[in-house]
Amino acid sequence: MKAPDFSYEKPNSIPGILSLLEKDELECQLLAGGQSLMPMMNFRMATPKTIVDISGVSELSLITDTPKAIEIGAMVRYCELQDSDVIQKFCPLITMVIPHIAHPAIRNRGTIGGSIGLSDPAAELPAVLLALDGKVEVSSNKGIREEPANKFFKGIYETACSSNELITKIILPKALPKQKFGFYEISRRHGDYAMAGVCIAQDQDLTVRVAFFGVAEKALRIASIEKVLSGNSDFSQSIIENAQNAAEDIQFEGDMNAGPEVKKHLAKVVLERALEGIK
Amino acid sequence: MTGPATVFDKPTDYIGKSIPRSDASRLLRGKGHYVDDIQLPRMVHAVFLRSPHAHARIISIDIKEAEKAKGVIAIYTGNDIAKHVKPYVGVLSHLPGLRSPAQYPLALDVARWQGEPVAVVVCSSRALGEDALELINITYEPLPAVTDTLDALSSESPLIHGEYDSNLAWKREVEVGSLDKALSGDDVIVIERQMKFGRHTGVTLETRATVCDYVPGDDELIMYYAGQAPHMLQFILAKHLSMLEENVRVVAHDIGGSFGIKVHTYGDEIATAIIAKLLKRPVKFTADRLESFVTDIHARDHVVNVKIGVRKDGSIVGIGFNDFTGIGPFSMYPRTSAIECNQILNLTGAPYQFEHYQAVGNVVFQNKTLMCQYRAVGHPIAMAISDCMLEEAARVIGMDPVQIRKKNLIPDDAYPTKSATGMRFDDLSHHACLDKLLEIMNYDKLLSDQEEHRKKGIYRGIGFVSLVEVTNPSPMFYGIGGAPIASQDGATVRLDAAGALHVSSSVTEQGQGTNAILQQIAADVFGVSIERVKVTTGDTATVPYGGGTWASRGAGIGGEAMLQAAYALKEQVLSTAAVILQAKAEELDIASGEVVLKSSGEQKISLGDLAKIVYYRGNELPNDLQPELIATRHYRVTDFPFVFTNGAMAAHVEVDTNTGLIKILHFWAVEDCGRVINPQLVDDQIRGGVVQGIGGALYEECVYDADGQMQNASMADYLVPMASEMPEITVAHVETFTKTSVLGAKGAGEAGTGGAPAAIMNAVNNALSPLNCGIWQMPMTPERVLRALGKI
Ligand SMILES: Cc1cc2nc3c(=O)[nH]c(=O)nc-3n(C[C@H](O)[C@H](O)[C@H](O)COP(=O)(O)OP(=O)(O)OC[C@H]3O[C@@H](n4cnc5c(N)ncnc54)[C@H](O)[C@@H]3O)c2cc1C
Repeated sequence: MKAPDFSYEKPNSIPGILSLLEKDELECQLLAGGQSLMPMMNFRMATPKTIVDISGVSELSLITDTPKAIEIGAMVRYCELQDSDVIQKFCPLITMVIPHIAHPAIRNRGTIGGSIGLSDPAAELPAVLLALDGKVEVSSNKGIREEPANKFFKGIYETACSSNELITKIILPKALPKQKFGFYEISRRHGDYAMAGVCIAQDQDLTVRVAFFGVAEKALRIASIEKVLSGNSDFSQSIIENAQNAAEDIQFEGDMNAGPEVKKHLAKVVLERALEGIK
Repeated sequence: MTGPATVFDKPTDYIGKSIPRSDASRLLRGKGHYVDDIQLPRMVHAVFLRSPHAHARIISIDIKEAEKAKGVIAIYTGNDIAKHVKPYVGVLSHLPGLRSPAQYPLALDVARWQGEPVAVVVCSSRALGEDALELINITYEPLPAVTDTLDALSSESPLIHGEYDSNLAWKREVEVGSLDKALSGDDVIVIERQMKFGRHTGVTLETRATVCDYVPGDDELIMYYAGQAPHMLQFILAKHLSMLEENVRVVAHDIGGSFGIKVHTYGDEIATAIIAKLLKRPVKFTADRLESFVTDIHARDHVVNVKIGVRKDGSIVGIGFNDFTGIGPFSMYPRTSAIECNQILNLTGAPYQFEHYQAVGNVVFQNKTLMCQYRAVGHPIAMAISDCMLEEAARVIGMDPVQIRKKNLIPDDAYPTKSATGMRFDDLSHHACLDKLLEIMNYDKLLSDQEEHRKKGIYRGIGFVSLVEVTNPSPMFYGIGGAPIASQDGATVRLDAAGALHVSSSVTEQGQGTNAILQQIAADVFGVSIERVKVTTGDTATVPYGGGTWASRGAGIGGEAMLQAAYALKEQVLSTAAVILQAKAEELDIASGEVVLKSSGEQKISLGDLAKIVYYRGNELPNDLQPELIATRHYRVTDFPFVFTNGAMAAHVEVDTNTGLIKILHFWAVEDCGRVINPQLVDDQIRGGVVQGIGGALYEECVYDADGQMQNASMADYLVPMASEMPEITVAHVETFTKTSVLGAKGAGEAGTGGAPAAIMNAVNNALSPLNCGIWQMPMTPERVLRALGKI
């Protein structure tokens, strides 16, 4: 469990990162908090020739409050999200979710860009991004583009960000006073990746977005559930049941702790509990 | 009365008090000295290539490319290593019929578990060694893997060892009374269940590690070792590497947990010693976590078909069961992998009175990591069989679980006595422990709380266990069967010229505080301040000969030897002091480092001054006096095969019937370990043990697929309970001193692990009882709970 030899670069600008990626797209890998990449390298599941540490670029660590949105730099760490008043005020779903991601030691290092960029099917933040209908700013030598959340996650460890690109920002709409959010996850131990989890956002016009994680090959929104829930100000038992039935549409994927049937059952449970706790 | 019995005639200074461990300060400062911290000149690293298959023939091994890799010094295959070692066989003569083939450090022609070492690269660094491993080209012919314990015994199963007619390693049957006849009685209610216990492992914080060094001129092999039984390993190395035992030195410094994992013979460690000899230079091997998961011994792995018969009044008529234990492809050397099953046959139902007992144990080979002794060997299974069935019987006949226990537990005034299985008991206190438990847990309040919550659809449960624990074993455990494992231990106590005590002992410190209690005993019995006692353990070159630390024997056996040695030295010092002071030895005593008058406490001479006279100014002594300021004593248990302890524990749980998650709300443990030498250390042993029991009950499992591949060999996927999963654990004691020693201490280290799983399973089944379902498999995972509930 020792990584093979690699070289290490720490550019101090975004162009510096991008030119390294351009030069050596296949052999390079970005290093953010390292909480997923370093174990993968030690297991020799990832064997980059060069790792490009992106923590030397200060603008990647900014949380910016713009008139329309909250922009979170890719290098912003979980612990910084947790402590941020701006996030608490405008992205309360993030504040609800962070304590469920791993443990303090990992949250001190892990980043939002790392989580979004990795697209672990059981990670929380991809589902948050989906439920909030946010965008991902992706940069490469060819320029900057914004990918809407619902087009970003492609599959297990697969995203719309290709290997010569860098996620620079996560852009989230600001929470409005009457918007409500719900979250629930089930894990075997506190801080473990979820066996099933869901993030819910209800807009002022009662549009509802529901994003699951830990139940399929990626974090995903379920249109049929959103249809059942949208337009309701309260969720009666029968609405919840209809939504639960609609959850059967999900292509469930089992893992070590839960087979597909268990995932299906738990998806319904987390949905009900998140709806009950919505605020 | 004279002699050591007088030790407890007056109040103690240290024994019985929560004296902080003196090594805690150093360890917390990060100044621990573990095997992996050792850096020796010219040291190289042994890096093992391990079989990716659970069962495969090794057709060829091509090392040509790897030999050219950077940093590589040598590469050895299984056959290369085998030339330098006598193979070992994990059988013992007191387990008649147990069979296991000869084992070599590395696989020869066939690899029999995923993780078995196949080749070893010796390299200038571990990382470069891992690079070189990727260049070794092995052609395997995969063979069918035998994984399921029950299937392994079918006549259609592939055989793991061609020379045997089946995959059965050992079978033992015990029959007391006539169970079938007794259970057929009209007034007998018979309940049958199949119980399953998953494999788990010890997960020591410090992984297995060794540095071996060879000194050619002296033909001396030094093994730095992170284990529990240095003298056992000394014997094994000498025997199998054909060396003189005195030329093998095994040294253990600080150890980061062991739990039984590190008390066995591992091929990679033996190979490391062989390589050090071949290369005549120090070689380090530190298992990484992945290697630990697939090579450290696993534990448990049982399927048990069990039945119990009770009468309407709750009295147990008899217990019968058939246990199938999967042990991997070999029986571990030298303790064997049959002891776990043997313990279950010996201990099931041991706290209770009943007449009819029928038990069959089947120890079965499989293509998985070897299974062997881990903390509380066999106990969690034995206790779960009898206690979970007993509480199930209580539910069936509508009796309170406490009442049915009280009805059947051996009365506290019945000792000495024997269990149905013939185990000899003395000084036990099942009823006193249960009464104390009920008092500290406030059982009646929990029952009303349970009622209240049930009305709200919240399912809480209370479960109990009454347990016995095998501690302080006599030679009847291993020695009788031919194992090089001492049951006696020694202690040496020496007074230095400054008046301080240097003590050494053959029991070992793995982080549990053995050194601290040895210090307490020596200081107390001899009469010096505890700061003036230095302890040495773990080095075969300097400590007396003895067994080490396992089977909860460190305090009871090692502690008694220390007491005897300290007392002997005190007598010697006082007789010298009597000459110097021209007084009578009987009138003198030692207190706080001074020789004093027994009657008044008046200080006559300090130990430092006395020692200086003896060591430097012997001219002041009469010529016929040759003082001995050193004493050694040994101790073994003679009156009983084992000194059993007992306890009672309870768990309070809440089962989320929608998610299958189980939360332990509180856990209580009352333990009778005889004399409590250091309450804080004992309480923390109990707590740590309970947490490992929680692991086995709810979280920890080595998950294998049908091909024998372990699926969760990392700390992310193998779930150990962490701080969030640890409930409040309240510990209390009943102290019934064992009459087998002056110290009166029995073991305490394994009780929590042995008892907790049964108490938790009982609590879960108590919680589920209004829903008319139950769970009989550990760990009780959410998926299994949901299945039991019929939710999926
Ligand atoms: C014990 C443990 C428990 C955990 N539990 C959870 C959990 O419950 N929930 C959860 O969500 N996560 C969990 N994690 C994972 C943790 O959240 C990771 O930190 C996170 O997934 C990756 O973030 P990072 O900053 O550490 O990324 P890194 O490990 O540095 O990188 C991860 C991947 O993302 C790529 N990457 C990083 N930054 C960018 C970028 N700006 N643009 C493009 N690609 C990028 C890297 O190249 C790499 O492939 C756990 C980790 C551990 C060790």
